[in-house]
Amino acid sequence: MSSDLYQEEILDHYRHPHNHGTLENPDATFEDSNPLCGDIVAVDLRYDGERVSEVRFRGSGCAISQAAASMLTDMVVGQTRVDALAIPREAILEELGVPLSPARVKCALLGYKVMMAALYGVPDHNAK
Amino acid sequence: MLEIDAISLTPASMRAGTPDLAKVRADFPILSTSREGKPLIYLDSAATSQKPRAVLDAMSTYYATYNANVHRGVYAISEQATAAYEAGRAAIARFINAPEPENVVFTRNTTEAINLVAYSWGRHSIKPGDAILTSALEHHSNLVPWQMLAEERGARLLHLPLDAQGRLDLTDLDGLLAQGVKLVAISQMSNVLGTINPVAEIARRAHAVGALVLVDGAQSVPHFPVDVQALDCDFLAFSAHKMVGPTGVGALYGRRSVLEAMPPFMAGGSMIKKVTLERSTYADVPQRFEAGTQAIAEVIGFGAAVQYLSELGMEWVRDREHALTAYLLETLSAIPGVTIYGPPVDERGGAVSFNVGDVHPHDVASLLDEDNIAVRAGHHCCQPLMGLLAVAATTRASVYFYNTTDEIDALARGLHRVRRVFGS
Ligand SMILES: Cc1ncc(COP(=O)(O)O)c(C=O)c1O
Repeated sequence: MSSDLYQEEILDHYRHPHNHGTLENPDATFEDSNPLCGDIVAVDLRYDGERVSEVRFRGSGCAISQAAASMLTDMVVGQTRVDALAIPREAILEELGVPLSPARVKCALLGYKVMMAALYGVPDHNAK
Repeated sequence: MLEIDAISLTPASMRAGTPDLAKVRADFPILSTSREGKPLIYLDSAATSQKPRAVLDAMSTYYATYNANVHRGVYAISEQATAAYEAGRAAIARFINAPEPENVVFTRNTTEAINLVAYSWGRHSIKPGDAILTSALEHHSNLVPWQMLAEERGARLLHLPLDAQGRLDLTDLDGLLAQGVKLVAISQMSNVLGTINPVAEIARRAHAVGALVLVDGAQSVPHFPVDVQALDCDFLAFSAHKMVGPTGVGALYGRRSVLEAMPPFMAGGSMIKKVTLERSTYADVPQRFEAGTQAIAEVIGFGAAVQYLSELGMEWVRDREHALTAYLLETLSAIPGVTIYGPPVDERGGAVSFNVGDVHPHDVASLLDEDNIAVRAGHHCCQPLMGLLAVAATTRASVYFYNTTDEIDALARGLHRVRRVFGS
């Protein structure tokens, strides 16, 4: 009955995502989607000096994409911008800790892609 | 075993059909494969069907014993290859009751067949202000080519709406047709909702205003008898790979008089009559539309595929799928939290979209995959329809004649597991 992929920790992050929501007047924000499956992740960041003091994410999609985004927010909060940018994509796959097929790796990395764009300060093309 | 007694009742009619079915299933090598001891349960035939040994053998025999280019050589194996290629065309023409083999143009797939019409017919026949009518449930391949054509030619794109059950709403058809419609492009069966559309009726009313009718037969030709003369359509597009044939080949049926008036789609070898450095005259139909070396082995495989289906009998295929679809719908609706999209069983084919509570379809498909059950999750190349259904995606299980009620029972067990894992 248990699943190789849907381990308790992943389901936990999916059901009770960390740092979920929006920030008022964020310093950076970015949103992107995976056109193949329609998964969406948006990230807001606030800095305190060089450090990421607050992160919020929101989105919709499969458990893998949303749990990975939630885990990533924990990894980024409190880091300097430079250190956060240095987080390799493997780190989030390791954090998920389950074998992912190539199609599901794309889901897992959507939040990473969005987070990195927000950290780099890429202008949000979705913003009005 | 799990608690699914309530839904494991197999209809008596299908139990009676079992002995034949074992033989049919044995024709498909992949259906006896397994992964880590779990047999493959393939419920994604609307995406592509599995292939019987007869098709694989027809292709490898060509490569192994008479591989040569067609319509070119005077030596024996080239003539043999040409004969086999043209026999494929004739078999496909018979399969859809086309008047002559020359009505059939080989393409790579349904998508290319539709694009051929959009480029070759559309760019010469659609004028600024004309209209093209499609519907809200079209596959992107029967929508995007018309959007591009309409934009390029300054034409308008109109859409037949859907009713609440996912059927085409024809109430306003004549009103729409009166708005300068020159072409109606409609699918005969939806790959998402399974809806079977009344294309003969639409064609009759479209012809009354002088419009041509293109039928996207990607999901219909594989699953029930399709007769182009009875439908009275001007074009019919379909793909071999969804009807037990190989990938890389499809067909465009065209009414002879319409094809004759169309310029070539692609230019090069094989599509010409006479070439000088300045100008060329084009070959007759259908060679005019088959530029360059074609997918010869695949056409031969396509011929073997329609022969295989004809031996089963398309009425048998239709009836068997109808029973399987009824069983699938009944089984799914007995699972709490499952939402099924589309019309009732008598108005649909075996492509069934559903959702399990608010579990994302990718998660449903991934969990089913752990049991080696193959279903499709996503928007199925029908984003406008997803918008109308107000969902981002669906899970789709689609059956073909080789599926069994046992496999549908396994799907149900898998879906119960999805509900337990996600606590929905
Ligand atoms: C209704 C419909 N039209 C067109 C297509 C496109 O077929 P192909 O990808 O073989 O060109 C499909 C395939 O999914 C389909 O289901």
